Amino acid sequence: MATLTTESRPVRYALTAVALLFLFLFLLLPLIGVFWEALHKGWQLYLTALVEPEALSAIKLTLISAAIAVPLNLVFGVAAAWAIARFDFRGKSLLTTLIDLPFAVSPVVAGLMFILLFGANTVAGSWLQDHGLQVIFAVPGIVLATVFVTFPFVARELIPLMQSQGADEEQAAIVLGASGWQTFRKVTLPNIKWGLLYGVILTNARAMGEFGAVSVVSGHIRGETNTIPLHVEILYNEYNFVGAFACASLLALLALITLLVKSLVEWRLHRQQQASTLRTAEARLQAAQP
Amino acid sequence: MSIEIRNIRKQFGQFTALDNVSLDIAAGELLALLGPSGCGKTTLLRIIAGLEKPDAGQVLFGGADATHTHVAERQVGFVFQHYALFRHMTVFDNVAFGLSVKPRRERPSPEEIRERVMKLLKMVQLDWLADAYPGQLSGGQRQRIALARSLAVEPKVLLLDEPFGALDAKVRKDLRRWLRDLHNDMHITSVFVTHDQEEALEVSDRVVVMDHGHIEQVGRPDDIYEHPATPFVTQFLGDVNLFHGRVDAGQLTIGSYAQALSQHQDADGDAAVAYVRPHDLDLSLQADGALAQGTVEHIHAVGPVVRVELQQADGHTIEAAVSKERFRALGIVPGDTVYVTPRKLAVFLKDAAGQQDYVI
Repeated sequence: MATLTTESRPVRYALTAVALLFLFLFLLLPLIGVFWEALHKGWQLYLTALVEPEALSAIKLTLISAAIAVPLNLVFGVAAAWAIARFDFRGKSLLTTLIDLPFAVSPVVAGLMFILLFGANTVAGSWLQDHGLQVIFAVPGIVLATVFVTFPFVARELIPLMQSQGADEEQAAIVLGASGWQTFRKVTLPNIKWGLLYGVILTNARAMGEFGAVSVVSGHIRGETNTIPLHVEILYNEYNFVGAFACASLLALLALITLLVKSLVEWRLHRQQQASTLRTAEARLQAAQP
Repeated sequence: MSIEIRNIRKQFGQFTALDNVSLDIAAGELLALLGPSGCGKTTLLRIIAGLEKPDAGQVLFGGADATHTHVAERQVGFVFQHYALFRHMTVFDNVAFGLSVKPRRERPSPEEIRERVMKLLKMVQLDWLADAYPGQLSGGQRQRIALARSLAVEPKVLLLDEPFGALDAKVRKDLRRWLRDLHNDMHITSVFVTHDQEEALEVSDRVVVMDHGHIEQVGRPDDIYEHPATPFVTQFLGDVNLFHGRVDAGQLTIGSYAQALSQHQDADGDAAVAYVRPHDLDLSLQADGALAQGTVEHIHAVGPVVRVELQQADGHTIEAAVSKERFRALGIVPGDTVYVTPRKLAVFLKDAAGQQDYVI
């Protein structure tokens, strides 16, 4: 293989070593630490920490809020990215800025915003309470906060992608007689699927891992309004390290699984392309021999 | 199918892309829209396709108003400048796309689709690439696949946006000839956009020269080349030398040069510009009847034609193209003073319609 740089060998090794050391210290070591803390008193204690009712309830709530936030932000993100990348309209730059708002605002402030909006002393909050729906210190508030903080991921991932791909392929599909839905399903979606998958992975990771905003609106009612991150904090503050790290390891495991899925899908795609390249090469050879 | 364009107007913000453009395209014709970038040719093509909506005016397909017909229902084939092949689909699926998205009751059976796609791929001589992805093809191959894809739905009109713009010179020449042959076989009404005058003149039945949202001239390629209607067309169709003078009652005077014209009989000492193509200028060592004189600056003797650049006393450059034989007979070298006489010139009065010197 050709050398891509002109740096001397010791310099290259030194740079690589620095990068690897950094990765080890700041990513790998903490990760190992989490699993070690969780498991070092034995498998039995680890499992017990996960199946106790409060932990199960936290896991359930985390899954519920992710299951609502991810599809919602998937649909919103695709719609917003399509609108921004494909059309010119009044207020486009405002929308682009608004999408970034959840990134710009501290999660704690985001949580407080919902308390100000839907708290028991507010007009909207008391009206909803009268109609039997409690938002703050209940599941709806947690879902709202989660949706808010994970709002930008899909759109942010897709907008530059769709802008760089341009609208030519979609226009070609429409000229060929495809309906709007067919164009989206057969042309737009396959072109953005990697960006979309990546956006969904990030959304999901953040939805399950969000602490600040959810902490403000949750009220920390054990077994009712605790998500995994909140549960971890409570256990940790109670010096229940095995329990805290067991639950934390679940979140870490989630990160590892999403990475694994992503690599797996990429690997499969790469294999497909290789196979096609091979077939094309064979076809070229055959065409060359009359 | 014939196409009529009536009083089309299109504005992008402050920019007028098309200003009251009307044009008739006969059924089965191969028409070129020629002009510099920003002249409105692509906008006009996209309005015919239905990819843009005109601000005013009508588009008629076969006599029926199609102005408000949706793109998907216009039955046009559109070939994009950058091919716009579906990158995640094989060549086969690309070509089959138009057939496979048809509503179920109109859609041909899978076997029929396969047969038609393979026939088209054979026609563009790329059937052996059916399994490949667009990323694996060369530019010329992609363009042929894009064409096959647009023909799969049997369009009534074929529209091509700078079809050869992104290809290198050799491939471009081959594909031009190939498009011409294809059109001769299929006789489908075709419109293509180009900024390359050579391409327009070589391929099309008729050329529409456009500038600043207006149609400057419509005509057969040789007509347009021989009888350009405006200074812009004259300059856009190829290299040309400009000589400034006056016309009085059909008599052109440029310095000491005088020439009777068949047009401009009612001109009254009007300022005029004479346009002469390099190959319409003859070089001579005698001053009799010469239009201008100059010092030989450069001689490009590659190919059958020798191009000679002359420097006039006022600093302007004259370019003349003479045959090798004539060049040898003259025996000129850089530094010589030579005289030029025009065999043919196009004269336009300056005051007519605020004519300017176009810079291309």
